[in-house]
Amino acid sequence: MSYIKPNFRHPELPVNELGYTKKNYEGAISTLCAGCGHDSISGAIVQAIFELSIEPHNVAKLSGIGCSSKTPTYFLGNSHGFNSVHGRMPSVATGANMANREMVYIGVSGDGDTASIGMGQFAHAVRRNLNMMYVVENNGCYGLTKGQDSATADVGSMSKKGEPNPFEPIDLVSVALQLGATFVARSFSGDKEQLIPLIKAAISHQGFALIDIVSPCVTFNNNAGSTKGYEHVRDHLAATGTVDFVPMKEEITASYHPGTSQEVTLHDGSVVHLHKADEKLDIHSRRSALALIKDYKAQDKILTGLLYMDPDSQELHETIDSSKKPLRKLTESELCPGNKVLKNINDSLR
Amino acid sequence: MKATDIKDPEYFHKVVDCQYACPAHTPVPEYIRLIGEGRYTDAYMINWESNVFPGVLGRTCDRPCEPACRRDRVEDEPVAICRLKRVAADNKDDDDVSSRMPAIPAKKNGKRVALIGGGPASLTVARDLMPLGYTIDLYDDQKAGGGFMRSQIPSFRLPESVLNQEVDYILDMGVDAHFNHYVDSLKSILDKNYDAVFVGTGAPRGRDLNIPGREEAKENIHIGIDWLSSVAFEHIDKIGKKVIVLGGGNTAMDCCRTSLRLGADEVKVIVRSPRAEMKASPWEIEDAEREGIPMFENHVPLEFVVEDDKLVGMKFDKVRAEYDENGKRSLVSLGEEPVYVECDDVCIAIGQDNAFPWIERDLGLEFGKWDMPVVNRDTFQSTNPKVFFGGDAAFGPENVITAVAHGHQAAVSIDLFLNGKAVDERPAPGTTLVSQKMGIHEWSYDNGVVDDQRYVVPHADVSQSLKDRKLEVELGFDQETGFAEAQRCLNCDIQTVFTESKCIECDACVDICPTDCITFTPSGEEEELRTRLSAPANNLAQDLYVSTDSLPTNRIMVKDENVCLHCGLCAERCPTAAWDMQKFMYQVTKAGQ
Repeated sequence: MSYIKPNFRHPELPVNELGYTKKNYEGAISTLCAGCGHDSISGAIVQAIFELSIEPHNVAKLSGIGCSSKTPTYFLGNSHGFNSVHGRMPSVATGANMANREMVYIGVSGDGDTASIGMGQFAHAVRRNLNMMYVVENNGCYGLTKGQDSATADVGSMSKKGEPNPFEPIDLVSVALQLGATFVARSFSGDKEQLIPLIKAAISHQGFALIDIVSPCVTFNNNAGSTKGYEHVRDHLAATGTVDFVPMKEEITASYHPGTSQEVTLHDGSVVHLHKADEKLDIHSRRSALALIKDYKAQDKILTGLLYMDPDSQELHETIDSSKKPLRKLTESELCPGNKVLKNINDSLR
Repeated sequence: MKATDIKDPEYFHKVVDCQYACPAHTPVPEYIRLIGEGRYTDAYMINWESNVFPGVLGRTCDRPCEPACRRDRVEDEPVAICRLKRVAADNKDDDDVSSRMPAIPAKKNGKRVALIGGGPASLTVARDLMPLGYTIDLYDDQKAGGGFMRSQIPSFRLPESVLNQEVDYILDMGVDAHFNHYVDSLKSILDKNYDAVFVGTGAPRGRDLNIPGREEAKENIHIGIDWLSSVAFEHIDKIGKKVIVLGGGNTAMDCCRTSLRLGADEVKVIVRSPRAEMKASPWEIEDAEREGIPMFENHVPLEFVVEDDKLVGMKFDKVRAEYDENGKRSLVSLGEEPVYVECDDVCIAIGQDNAFPWIERDLGLEFGKWDMPVVNRDTFQSTNPKVFFGGDAAFGPENVITAVAHGHQAAVSIDLFLNGKAVDERPAPGTTLVSQKMGIHEWSYDNGVVDDQRYVVPHADVSQSLKDRKLEVELGFDQETGFAEAQRCLNCDIQTVFTESKCIECDACVDICPTDCITFTPSGEEEELRTRLSAPANNLAQDLYVSTDSLPTNRIMVKDENVCLHCGLCAERCPTAAWDMQKFMYQVTKAGQ
């Protein structure tokens, strides 16, 4: 088995605005099972961050425990990382984000880490609208402990063991919509064309951005009868449409049909275009998204793509009016403003 | 785009760039792996089967394989293939090699073949036909076998002992060699009732330069190839103090370096063309410069200057090269005063020609353009069906490895011809394709890719080597460096073989590939397809490996072979073994196959 990826890359690799190639955004060679959907998600993250020309040292990767949570080792090797406690990634992400609002936060979690042990933490990060991209690598099973059904496994879905799952699943996108998430999307690890623009939009979004990614477990949950295997997912995919992410600096060249397309300008001036496959969807309406998710589910379809986003989202720092500067940039005079300021405060309380 | 037919032997052959570029198609990665394992004799025998003179070629080959090497496209320098070949030859077990020589049947097949010329082409024919029971007579005007390898390549590049050993492997098969025998009539040979005749007489006539003073100064003006052979056979052992060598090819490099060793103090190489267009191999030019020989470009010879019946110098016209829109070059005089260069001797090494004064023109053997015999490019048969040509004699001056390749093919033709078969219905090359999987994520080859830069071959001390004409300048790699250099080989013969029926399109191969070779995408025409692959696919000389569209999503798998490292990671990361690493062996059709 190879533990080291060769150092040679394609000699004509494109460079981004920073002069970096994709290699500068890669991580260590994966130790996950061959064919794991998670590796594709890592690849999509590498590509998206490269294309966004984000400096690797301005990214923090945070994760909990599980196969999914191991993956930050396999991408963005030049970025910061924190592999935290099971289900507690949102707390660590919150702390990090509060300390330095200038960085890009990528949370990577799985269906166990989010929908079981971390459900409480997840819920609160959503309702606070913490500014981060939260990726759930959702394979419907506990791969690290030999494939038991997880809380997102569909009723009746069978893992490799062959027993149908008797419990109702938790649908993370619906939960997030109900908890007030400001950016909600679902995707499939095997569809990078959809996933990469979604990641770019999620990173550019100000506030909590959830991407629930169906990511097949080749070892324990890629068999006939599973609703999260490659074959089943491909046969039951439906997309809300295709997403174009146009960074602020680029001119919009494509023409879009009103009615079948919807355009959202983000906080930083970049634009997300959705070419709708289903005209019923209004990505500014939670109700529309929730209804559509239910409709497709009733037709035994998995609805993917951008489901909801609020371009006027107010992220946690704004809500609590926290320091505009990262804490590390505060000088002594700002931290200890002196007697005069103390006196003013005291006076105001008299 | 049509799905790739990997059953076509030439598809994977082309992926093994070095082997494909080699005229004899030596299985390069296979022997390099054996060198890495310390199996020098095995590595030598693979070479010997294919190129017949591994020790000679490991020192003197023109190495068409090296510019083709995939490593050259991935980093700065190709694998030192040629020098690794020498490692195999230097470290082989001589007794073991002798014991592995093909058995020669005691009972002959009754067919007699004459070989005219004792160079690499003829010797290769003998090598291939002797084990089949042919009776072979070889005629050469030199005192020993080897042809130009003996007379033209100086000993400081190729020690005589190395040449003798490899010539003897063949002569010892029972070839009836007639040395010091110049064949002055093809008819006389045909009259001896040979069943077939092979002509491997090289391109023996060095070009002359007829400018004023040529006749008056003839005592001190030498034709390069003739002069080198006189030195090799020790008829000449000195030269004047100041020497001009005219010409920019490998013969010129050999002349200038030999002059230094025969006592010249000041040797200058002077060429008509710009330096970048000199025909000599870059490493030959480097070696000459390392010995302190300057090269002067853009100097067209005007006259030999003679005083008191003795050559004293040469005059040159300085020119510049101009190119028309078709890239055709013309040398335009700068109109300056002629440049005068003093000299005592001049070697003219400006090319060589074929010459067949000894072939009668009434033997049914047609001659065409430039008075060259009409020879079939695939069968090497002339218009007299009994007479075959090969090496420089066939299509003009090339090199040793090309002569060997010709010899193999001519032997195939002779064997077919003498068995009453059509010479143009040639047996297909032999190929095998075998999985290298040894277990989960385990391969039988070392699939790690090292970062090492090309290792430099050590040279003998210049002052020492200039004193002794026979002291070999290049010292070759020692075993340790040979191992390290062998590790640089990317194992391009271990092919990435794709089976679409097993693929679940998980993208694992796409994600892991270090050089972004693999793409899954909707089908299209090649030109357009090349614009939407994972990485730029601008090297049109390299094929795209394309699957059918029977994948689950009806897309196709496209792999650009260009910079694939053959690291096997796609196959390691494939959950269904849709990718497999399989060793491709390609064996050129041999006589008697």
